[in-house]
Amino acid sequence: MPELQPRHLQRRYDVVVVGGGPAGLAAALGAREQGAEGVLIVDRESEPGGILQQCIHHGFGLHHFKEELTGPAYAERYLGQVLEHDVDILTDAYVLDVDPSRRVGLLSSRHGRTEVDAGAVVLAMGARERTRQAIRIPGTRPAGIMTAGFAQKLVNMAGYLPGRRVAILGSGDIGLIMARRLVLEGAEVVGVFELMPHANGLTRNVVQCLHDFGIPLHLSTTVVHIHGDERIEKVTVAPVDESFTPRMDQAWDVDCDTLLVSIGLIPDNELARTLGVRLDPVTTGPVVTSSMETSRDGVFACGNTVHIHDLVDWVSQESQLAGGAAGGYATGRHRRADNVRLLPGSNVRSCIPHTITTEREHTIFLRVTKSLAPCTLRLGEVYERPLRYVVPGEMVTLKVRPRFLQGFHGGNLRVDVVAREEAAA
Amino acid sequence: MRFDVVIVGAGIVGCAIARELTRYRLDVALIERECEVGLGTSKANSGIIHGGHRAADGTAKGATEYRGNLLWDELAHDLPFGFQRIGDLTVAFDDDDERHLSELLDQGRRRGVTGLELWDSERLRREEPNLSHDIRSALHAPTSGVVNPYEACFALAESAVRNGLTLLLEHTVVGIERGESGFTVRTDRGSLEARFVINAAGVHGDAVARLVGAEEAGLRFRKGEEYLLDKRLVGFVTRVVFPCPSPTSKGILVIPTYDGTLMVGPTATPSDADDVTTTAQGAQAVFEGARRLVPGISEEDCIAEFAGVRAVAADEDFAIHSTAVPGFVNVIGIQSPGLTAAPAIALDVVELLRSEGLSLELDDAFIPGIDAPILFAQLEPEEQARVVRGDPRFGRIACRCEIVTEGEVLHAIERGARTMDGIKFRTRAGMGRCQGGFCAWRCMRLLADTLDIDISEVTKRGGRSWIATPRLEVEHA
Repeated sequence: MPELQPRHLQRRYDVVVVGGGPAGLAAALGAREQGAEGVLIVDRESEPGGILQQCIHHGFGLHHFKEELTGPAYAERYLGQVLEHDVDILTDAYVLDVDPSRRVGLLSSRHGRTEVDAGAVVLAMGARERTRQAIRIPGTRPAGIMTAGFAQKLVNMAGYLPGRRVAILGSGDIGLIMARRLVLEGAEVVGVFELMPHANGLTRNVVQCLHDFGIPLHLSTTVVHIHGDERIEKVTVAPVDESFTPRMDQAWDVDCDTLLVSIGLIPDNELARTLGVRLDPVTTGPVVTSSMETSRDGVFACGNTVHIHDLVDWVSQESQLAGGAAGGYATGRHRRADNVRLLPGSNVRSCIPHTITTEREHTIFLRVTKSLAPCTLRLGEVYERPLRYVVPGEMVTLKVRPRFLQGFHGGNLRVDVVAREEAAA
Repeated sequence: MRFDVVIVGAGIVGCAIARELTRYRLDVALIERECEVGLGTSKANSGIIHGGHRAADGTAKGATEYRGNLLWDELAHDLPFGFQRIGDLTVAFDDDDERHLSELLDQGRRRGVTGLELWDSERLRREEPNLSHDIRSALHAPTSGVVNPYEACFALAESAVRNGLTLLLEHTVVGIERGESGFTVRTDRGSLEARFVINAAGVHGDAVARLVGAEEAGLRFRKGEEYLLDKRLVGFVTRVVFPCPSPTSKGILVIPTYDGTLMVGPTATPSDADDVTTTAQGAQAVFEGARRLVPGISEEDCIAEFAGVRAVAADEDFAIHSTAVPGFVNVIGIQSPGLTAAPAIALDVVELLRSEGLSLELDDAFIPGIDAPILFAQLEPEEQARVVRGDPRFGRIACRCEIVTEGEVLHAIERGARTMDGIKFRTRAGMGRCQGGFCAWRCMRLLADTLDIDISEVTKRGGRSWIATPRLEVEHA
């Protein structure tokens, strides 16, 4: 009988999954499907599902379930499957450390400070939001400045408003979603201010959350000063030039009692760091193989703790793979080492996984640095494919089949996304 | 109620004086306008206990710096707050700087400061390999230390309250009248009678003196911006590093805080009394100054910034004296090294009151210590297991960046935290990389539940610093 709060922890699990969000749930499922016997998910909240639980808007699952679900509904479907697969889920618990022999140090109010051994570990801690401090906005430090995700929790989980008159810095997806939510809840959203010349979130969110609600989006504009002693009273905003320097002569003040910050997510990798896992300086998440294994034997990673995804569907897919590989590892089936290293080239910011093989099919995820349309995606000299457009706010996914790489016998493979004319030249 | 002594202002100076006075059989009140003690200048400074050799001879600063420094050992023994003598280095880039170092060395030796030593570049390289290679030599002061100044304020106030202090938070003094037998101190929430009044009101020191017609110190204000760096740089520099000073400031320093994280700053720019803004220019000046000392420091590593305001007397010195109004004592203009000097200032003020006719009789019931808070993250695993068995609230993480448990947050509330900042500065919850993104909601709920208030009444720092507001009432047709 599966337990959503196991009374007794086993001394050893084949796979311990750190985090019970979409990545952790899919990884646990993957592990069980690949033969792992005991699988334990450890989650710090009192309910699994991670950030999905506060994402009450719809738009989840279009790829995976071929229908549009809310965040909690998406989580519920996975949770149901996970429980059917006999996975132990320990909530209100925290993984304090993992040592090189994969002994996992746990803290929970139910089981106290304890340890379990793991055949394999999957890191699925998700991401945290970048804060105001990450970009050092001058001015005072009053109440009322918060990340969009925190505001989402206040509104959707607790039933409070973060304020009545809201400015939003950054056009990340959570900020866009919250702009709409706050208007629906009766607050006024005075504008979204984005430093870059393009929106950071998905185009569909810009349209459905801002345009449809008449919320102004100010591109190439940023907050240059915060005013207010106890609670924020206004912000000064200014357009920026090509080198992102604010043009103070064109600055203006915007009255608000709240500033939401939606300037991106960063992989939550404290645990990966303490484990000494090799990290990618660009994504700041672990370097991973095609099996989503990190540089530490038997330690796998997936979801936003590796790189930031736009869609939960891709998180699930990647994590099921990671969990499967972890299950295989724990039960003694090691995958053959990868023989291709993917190197981000022209207009490619990051490329996950970092290595693949020429023998199996892989999905690779790219982030570009600038918008291009139309353009061509190239894998070294071996393969190319036309793309209608690329934008930094949307991840590019590419299924790489073995036949694409015929005649390539391993080594470095540069990944470029170039303008169509250039490609033709 | 009638008090022997009323202290206005619960910064480090007011708290130190209050605790010193509770050693005696006296009725003492400490009045603070903020909702927590120590959240003004005391919170927003560099947290350095200066070695004792720095402030000039012949000044009140010079007279209290080293005495104060020596008293911190006893305070840290009695009270639980972070304090460690990590030493400091004043570094020289050229001949002028080296002359300054030898003057500092002479001054320190005259004063009896122990352990001062000039280090050549080779020694410096060995001890602090990440310092700039342009540095020729340095003066090492092992007596110097770092303290968490807000923790020291909390601990001093808690100890004083335990020994009978009346602590009035969120009380603003609006008038002080000298009558036949003493003072009437009027606040926005009622009046107190007092034989003696001590003005430790920090940046408001002149304004408080004015209320009763006592001498003012001609206070001007100088803002200091400080920038905290990511844990990545823990251990990068292990001693406080000073450049040679300018006439108005000690310059931009690199400070390994008590918690190990590096802090860089402060600036020193003229400002208003309540100007705690950080600025782009300030950040630039701080990082340029810091990189001159430690080239490996970058703006990218900044995780938080803050600013504090120094109250600077016209003659730049501390103004600690009786005034023309008998029984009204000024303790104002306390800028650097005020934190260092605070315990010595407290002793001096007690002597001042004695000479003014306050009879001081030691109270045998005085208890110097208070219970140390449990710092869960610093315990060994076996010890952690024991703590959670005793109280399952320690089995729930509130702040994941700093590993602070709900048990610690609840203890902080039991010991007087009333706001999110009060929790943050007592437990470190919210001080880490995510800056409260994860723990803020948990802490808000714990505050609301424990104090039996609504979430919308939880504040960051009292007053109008609310965090959440009720949903709008929608009228349905």
